Amino acid sequence: MAKVIFNHQACKGCGLCVSVCPKHIIALSHEELNEKGYAPAECTDEAACIVCGFCATICPDMAIEIIEE
Amino acid sequence: MAKECRRPKALTDTPFHYCPGCTHGIVHRLVAEAIDHLGIREKTVGIAPVGCAVFAYNYFNTDMLEAAHGRAPAVATGMKRVRPDNIVFTYQGDGDLSSIGCAEITHAANRGENITVIFINNAVYGMTGGQMAPTTLLGQVTTTSPYGRDPKDSGYPLHMAELLATTRGAAYIERVSAHDVPHIRKAGQAIEKAFRYQMEGKGFSMIEVLSTCPTNWGMTPVQAMQWVKDEMVAQYPLGVYKDLGEKEA
Repeated sequence: MAKVIFNHQACKGCGLCVSVCPKHIIALSHEELNEKGYAPAECTDEAACIVCGFCATICPDMAIEIIEE
Repeated sequence: MAKECRRPKALTDTPFHYCPGCTHGIVHRLVAEAIDHLGIREKTVGIAPVGCAVFAYNYFNTDMLEAAHGRAPAVATGMKRVRPDNIVFTYQGDGDLSSIGCAEITHAANRGENITVIFINNAVYGMTGGQMAPTTLLGQVTTTSPYGRDPKDSGYPLHMAELLATTRGAAYIERVSAHDVPHIRKAGQAIEKAFRYQMEGKGFSMIEVLSTCPTNWGMTPVQAMQWVKDEMVAQYPLGVYKDLGEKEA
Protein backbone atom coordinates (compact mmCIF):
# COMPACT_ATOMS: atom_id res chain seq x y z
CA MET A 1 0.00 0.00 0.00
CA ALA A 2 1.44 3.34 -1.03
CA LYS A 3 1.46 6.25 1.38
CA VAL A 4 2.01 9.99 1.05
CA ILE A 5 4.56 11.44 3.45
CA PHE A 6 4.86 15.19 4.15
CA ASN A 7 8.27 16.45 5.22
CA HIS A 8 7.35 19.55 7.20
CA GLN A 9 10.91 20.89 7.43
CA ALA A 10 11.41 20.82 3.64
CA CYS A 11 8.10 22.62 2.98
CA LYS A 12 8.03 26.32 2.07
CA GLY A 13 4.27 26.68 2.41
CA CYS A 14 3.75 27.68 -1.23
CA GLY A 15 0.35 25.97 -1.29
CA LEU A 16 0.64 24.44 -4.77
CA CYS A 17 -0.19 21.00 -3.36
CA VAL A 18 -3.28 22.46 -1.68
CA SER A 19 -4.42 23.82 -5.05
CA VAL A 20 -4.09 20.52 -6.97
CA CYS A 21 -5.43 18.01 -4.40
CA PRO A 22 -8.61 16.54 -5.95
CA LYS A 23 -9.88 15.48 -2.52
CA HIS A 24 -9.22 18.88 -0.88
CA ILE A 25 -7.53 17.26 2.09
CA ILE A 26 -4.28 19.24 2.16
CA ALA A 27 -4.03 22.39 4.25
CA LEU A 28 -1.27 24.68 5.48
CA SER A 29 -0.75 24.28 9.20
CA HIS A 30 -0.51 27.77 10.66
CA GLU A 31 -0.40 26.46 14.24
CA GLU A 32 3.13 25.16 14.09
CA LEU A 33 5.66 26.83 11.79
CA ASN A 34 8.69 24.88 10.61
CA GLU A 35 12.35 25.80 11.14
CA LYS A 36 12.33 28.07 8.08
CA GLY A 37 9.30 29.92 9.45
CA TYR A 38 6.83 28.64 6.87
CA ALA A 39 3.41 27.15 7.54
CA PRO A 40 3.93 23.59 6.28
CA ALA A 41 1.41 21.60 4.28
CA GLU A 42 -0.17 18.58 5.88
CA CYS A 43 -2.84 16.03 5.09
CA THR A 44 -5.99 16.60 7.11
CA ASP A 45 -7.64 13.26 6.34
CA GLU A 46 -5.27 10.43 5.45
CA ALA A 47 -8.12 7.94 5.13
CA ALA A 48 -9.57 9.96 2.23
CA CYS A 49 -6.26 10.09 0.31
CA ILE A 50 -6.34 8.27 -3.03
CA VAL A 51 -2.54 8.53 -3.53
CA CYS A 52 -2.95 10.18 -6.93
CA GLY A 53 0.48 11.75 -6.54
CA PHE A 54 -0.58 15.19 -7.77
CA CYS A 55 0.83 16.89 -4.66
CA ALA A 56 4.20 15.14 -5.00
CA THR A 57 4.32 15.97 -8.73
CA ILE A 58 3.81 19.70 -8.27
CA CYS A 59 5.85 20.16 -5.08
CA PRO A 60 8.91 22.27 -6.01
CA ASP A 61 10.87 21.20 -2.94
CA MET A 62 10.26 17.46 -2.85
CA ALA A 63 8.66 17.87 0.57
CA ILE A 64 6.09 15.25 -0.43
CA GLU A 65 7.09 11.67 -1.10
CA ILE A 66 5.09 8.60 -2.02
CA ILE A 67 6.45 5.40 -0.55
CA GLU A 68 5.41 1.79 -0.86
CA GLU A 69 4.82 0.17 2.50
CA MET B 1 -2.58 5.13 -7.88
CA ALA B 2 0.69 6.97 -8.31
CA LYS B 3 3.93 5.06 -8.37
CA GLU B 4 6.57 5.56 -5.76
CA CYS B 5 7.94 9.10 -5.76
CA ARG B 6 11.12 9.78 -3.82
CA ARG B 7 14.00 12.19 -4.13
CA PRO B 8 15.90 11.21 -7.32
CA LYS B 9 19.47 9.93 -6.95
CA ALA B 10 20.61 12.61 -9.40
CA LEU B 11 19.80 15.28 -6.79
CA THR B 12 21.88 15.91 -3.68
CA ASP B 13 20.27 16.30 -0.25
CA THR B 14 20.86 20.07 -0.33
CA PRO B 15 17.56 21.98 0.03
CA PHE B 16 16.84 24.36 -2.87
CA HIS B 17 17.32 28.06 -2.13
CA TYR B 18 14.49 28.99 -4.53
CA CYS B 19 11.54 31.08 -3.39
CA PRO B 20 8.36 29.27 -2.28
CA GLY B 21 6.44 27.96 -5.29
CA CYS B 22 9.25 28.52 -7.81
CA THR B 23 9.07 26.00 -10.64
CA HIS B 24 12.86 25.68 -10.77
CA GLY B 25 12.48 22.99 -8.11
CA ILE B 26 9.99 21.09 -10.25
CA VAL B 27 12.21 21.21 -13.33
CA HIS B 28 15.30 20.21 -11.33
CA ARG B 29 13.37 17.15 -10.22
CA LEU B 30 12.24 16.35 -13.77
CA VAL B 31 15.80 16.55 -15.07
CA ALA B 32 17.07 14.39 -12.21
CA GLU B 33 14.31 11.83 -12.75
CA ALA B 34 15.18 11.63 -16.46
CA ILE B 35 18.86 11.10 -15.62
CA ASP B 36 17.95 8.40 -13.08
CA HIS B 37 15.56 6.69 -15.46
CA LEU B 38 18.09 6.55 -18.29
CA GLY B 39 20.79 5.34 -15.87
CA ILE B 40 23.30 7.99 -16.98
CA ARG B 41 24.05 9.72 -13.68
CA GLU B 42 27.64 8.48 -13.52
CA LYS B 43 28.52 9.93 -16.91
CA THR B 44 26.45 13.12 -16.96
CA VAL B 45 28.04 16.57 -16.85
CA GLY B 46 25.76 19.53 -16.16
CA ILE B 47 26.61 23.13 -17.01
CA ALA B 48 25.17 25.61 -14.49
CA PRO B 49 24.12 29.08 -15.70
CA VAL B 50 24.15 32.51 -14.12
CA GLY B 51 20.78 33.50 -12.71
CA CYS B 52 18.60 31.98 -10.04
CA ALA B 53 19.82 28.50 -10.99
CA VAL B 54 23.46 29.49 -10.49
CA PHE B 55 23.68 27.07 -7.57
CA ALA B 56 22.53 24.14 -9.72
CA TYR B 57 25.96 22.63 -9.10
CA ASN B 58 24.99 22.21 -5.45
CA TYR B 59 21.78 20.41 -6.34
CA PHE B 60 22.53 18.00 -9.18
CA ASN B 61 24.38 14.91 -8.01
CA THR B 62 26.32 14.73 -11.28
CA ASP B 63 29.55 16.33 -12.40
CA MET B 64 28.87 20.03 -12.77
CA LEU B 65 30.59 23.05 -14.29
CA GLU B 66 29.75 26.71 -13.83
CA ALA B 67 29.80 28.86 -16.96
CA ALA B 68 29.99 32.63 -17.39
CA HIS B 69 26.66 34.32 -17.99
CA GLY B 70 25.06 32.94 -21.15
CA ARG B 71 28.08 30.87 -22.15
CA ALA B 72 26.81 27.49 -20.97
CA PRO B 73 26.29 26.17 -24.55
CA ALA B 74 29.88 27.15 -25.45
CA VAL B 75 31.23 25.36 -22.37
CA ALA B 76 28.99 22.38 -23.13
CA THR B 77 30.34 22.31 -26.68
CA GLY B 78 33.89 22.02 -25.41
CA MET B 79 32.97 19.42 -22.80
CA LYS B 80 31.06 17.27 -25.28
CA ARG B 81 33.78 17.43 -27.94
CA VAL B 82 36.52 16.50 -25.48
CA ARG B 83 34.43 13.83 -23.72
CA PRO B 84 31.99 12.60 -26.38
CA ASP B 85 30.97 9.59 -24.26
CA ASN B 86 29.65 11.83 -21.50
CA ILE B 87 26.11 13.20 -21.48
CA VAL B 88 26.26 16.99 -21.33
CA PHE B 89 23.35 19.24 -20.48
CA THR B 90 22.96 22.93 -19.76
CA TYR B 91 20.32 24.42 -17.49
CA GLN B 92 19.64 28.06 -18.34
CA GLY B 93 17.13 30.78 -17.63
CA ASP B 94 15.73 33.28 -20.09
CA GLY B 95 18.03 36.13 -19.10
CA ASP B 96 20.97 33.78 -19.54
CA LEU B 97 19.94 31.97 -22.73
CA SER B 98 17.86 34.44 -24.71
CA SER B 99 19.65 37.67 -23.83
CA ILE B 100 23.36 37.63 -23.08
CA GLY B 101 23.74 34.05 -24.33
CA CYS B 102 21.75 34.45 -27.53
CA ALA B 103 24.84 34.09 -29.72
CA GLU B 104 26.13 30.99 -27.96
CA ILE B 105 22.83 29.13 -28.01
CA THR B 106 22.11 30.02 -31.64
CA HIS B 107 25.48 28.84 -32.89
CA ALA B 108 25.51 25.73 -30.70
CA ALA B 109 22.14 24.80 -32.21
CA ASN B 110 23.26 25.69 -35.72
CA ARG B 111 26.39 23.56 -35.38
CA GLY B 112 24.19 20.72 -34.20
CA GLU B 113 26.23 20.15 -31.07
CA ASN B 114 25.13 16.89 -29.47
CA ILE B 115 24.04 18.47 -26.17
CA THR B 116 20.78 18.89 -24.27
CA VAL B 117 19.61 22.34 -23.22
CA ILE B 118 16.97 22.91 -20.53
CA PHE B 119 15.64 26.45 -20.96
CA ILE B 120 13.57 27.98 -18.16
CA ASN B 121 11.41 30.81 -19.48
CA ASN B 122 9.70 32.83 -16.76
CA ALA B 123 9.62 36.14 -18.66
CA VAL B 124 11.79 38.12 -16.21
CA TYR B 125 15.29 38.30 -14.78
CA GLY B 126 14.62 36.57 -11.47
CA MET B 127 17.85 36.76 -9.50
CA THR B 128 18.54 40.46 -10.03
CA GLY B 129 15.06 41.64 -9.02
CA GLY B 130 12.55 41.05 -11.80
CA GLN B 131 13.86 43.25 -14.62
CA MET B 132 12.47 43.01 -18.15
CA ALA B 133 13.94 40.15 -20.19
CA PRO B 134 13.75 39.57 -23.96
CA THR B 135 10.98 37.11 -23.18
CA THR B 136 8.85 39.55 -21.16
CA LEU B 137 5.30 39.71 -22.51
CA LEU B 138 3.92 42.86 -24.15
CA GLY B 139 2.32 45.03 -21.48
CA GLN B 140 3.93 43.06 -18.67
CA VAL B 141 4.96 45.22 -15.74
CA THR B 142 8.48 44.61 -14.46
CA THR B 143 10.89 46.74 -12.42
CA THR B 144 12.38 48.15 -15.64
CA SER B 145 9.08 48.40 -17.54
CA PRO B 146 6.86 49.99 -14.87
CA TYR B 147 4.22 50.98 -17.46
CA GLY B 148 4.26 47.60 -19.14
CA ARG B 149 6.52 46.41 -21.96
CA ASP B 150 6.09 48.71 -24.94
CA PRO B 151 7.24 47.26 -28.29
CA LYS B 152 8.19 50.75 -29.52
CA ASP B 153 10.85 50.94 -26.81
CA SER B 154 11.89 47.40 -26.22
CA GLY B 155 10.70 45.22 -29.06
CA TYR B 156 8.72 42.05 -28.90
CA PRO B 157 8.98 38.85 -26.85
CA LEU B 158 11.70 36.61 -28.25
CA HIS B 159 10.51 33.11 -29.16
CA MET B 160 13.59 30.97 -28.71
CA ALA B 161 12.00 27.61 -29.53
CA GLU B 162 10.72 28.90 -32.88
CA LEU B 163 14.01 30.68 -33.57
CA LEU B 164 16.22 27.67 -32.90
CA ALA B 165 13.88 25.35 -34.80
CA THR B 166 14.91 27.23 -37.96
CA THR B 167 18.55 26.14 -37.57
CA ARG B 168 19.46 23.09 -39.62
CA GLY B 169 21.62 21.66 -36.86
CA ALA B 170 18.88 21.32 -34.25
CA ALA B 171 17.43 17.82 -33.81
CA TYR B 172 14.70 18.31 -31.24
CA ILE B 173 13.06 21.52 -30.01
CA GLU B 174 9.95 21.47 -27.84
CA ARG B 175 8.19 23.99 -25.63
CA VAL B 176 6.46 22.62 -22.55
CA SER B 177 5.02 24.17 -19.41
CA ALA B 178 5.17 23.45 -15.68
CA HIS B 179 1.91 25.11 -14.67
CA ASP B 180 -0.12 22.04 -13.71
CA VAL B 181 0.26 18.32 -13.09
CA PRO B 182 -0.49 17.02 -16.63
CA HIS B 183 1.88 19.57 -18.17
CA ILE B 184 4.59 18.77 -15.62
CA ARG B 185 4.34 15.10 -16.60
CA LYS B 186 4.54 16.02 -20.29
CA ALA B 187 7.55 18.20 -19.56
CA GLY B 188 9.24 15.26 -17.84
CA GLN B 189 8.69 13.07 -20.90
CA ALA B 190 10.09 15.76 -23.21
CA ILE B 191 13.19 16.22 -21.04
CA GLU B 192 13.82 12.49 -20.99
CA LYS B 193 13.42 12.33 -24.77
CA ALA B 194 15.94 15.14 -25.18
CA PHE B 195 18.51 13.21 -23.13
CA ARG B 196 17.73 10.06 -25.09
CA TYR B 197 18.36 11.88 -28.37
CA GLN B 198 21.77 12.90 -27.11
CA MET B 199 22.57 9.30 -26.10
CA GLU B 200 21.59 8.22 -29.61
CA GLY B 201 23.81 10.91 -31.11
CA LYS B 202 20.99 12.71 -32.87
CA GLY B 203 22.32 16.18 -32.12
CA PHE B 204 21.20 19.38 -30.45
CA SER B 205 18.03 19.33 -28.37
CA MET B 206 16.38 22.09 -26.36
CA ILE B 207 13.36 21.91 -24.07
CA GLU B 208 11.86 25.31 -23.22
CA VAL B 209 9.86 25.14 -20.00
CA LEU B 210 7.38 27.94 -19.26
CA SER B 211 7.90 28.70 -15.59
CA THR B 212 6.84 31.03 -12.84
CA CYS B 213 8.49 33.75 -10.79
CA PRO B 214 5.90 34.41 -8.06
CA THR B 215 8.19 36.76 -6.13
CA ASN B 216 9.01 39.12 -9.00
CA TRP B 217 5.58 38.86 -10.60
CA GLY B 218 4.05 39.90 -7.27
CA MET B 219 1.73 36.92 -7.15
CA THR B 220 1.10 33.93 -4.96
CA PRO B 221 2.50 30.66 -6.35
CA VAL B 222 -1.02 29.50 -7.25
CA GLN B 223 -1.83 32.80 -9.02
CA ALA B 224 1.49 32.57 -10.88
CA MET B 225 0.63 29.09 -12.19
CA GLN B 226 -2.70 30.46 -13.39
CA TRP B 227 -0.93 33.39 -15.07
CA VAL B 228 1.31 31.00 -17.00
CA LYS B 229 -1.77 29.11 -18.12
CA ASP B 230 -3.76 32.21 -19.11
CA GLU B 231 -1.10 34.60 -20.43
CA MET B 232 2.17 32.86 -21.18
CA VAL B 233 0.82 29.81 -22.99
CA ALA B 234 -1.19 32.15 -25.25
CA GLN B 235 1.96 34.08 -26.15
CA TYR B 236 4.29 31.06 -26.24
CA PRO B 237 2.37 28.17 -27.84
CA LEU B 238 3.33 24.75 -26.51
CA GLY B 239 4.39 21.97 -28.80
CA VAL B 240 7.16 20.32 -30.78
CA TYR B 241 8.87 22.79 -33.10
CA LYS B 242 11.40 20.42 -34.56
CA ASP B 243 11.93 16.69 -34.24
CA LEU B 244 14.23 14.82 -36.58
CA GLY B 245 12.96 11.67 -34.89
CA GLU B 246 14.20 8.39 -36.22
CA LYS B 247 15.17 9.79 -39.62
CA GLU B 248 18.68 11.04 -38.93
CA ALA B 249 20.39 8.97 -36.29
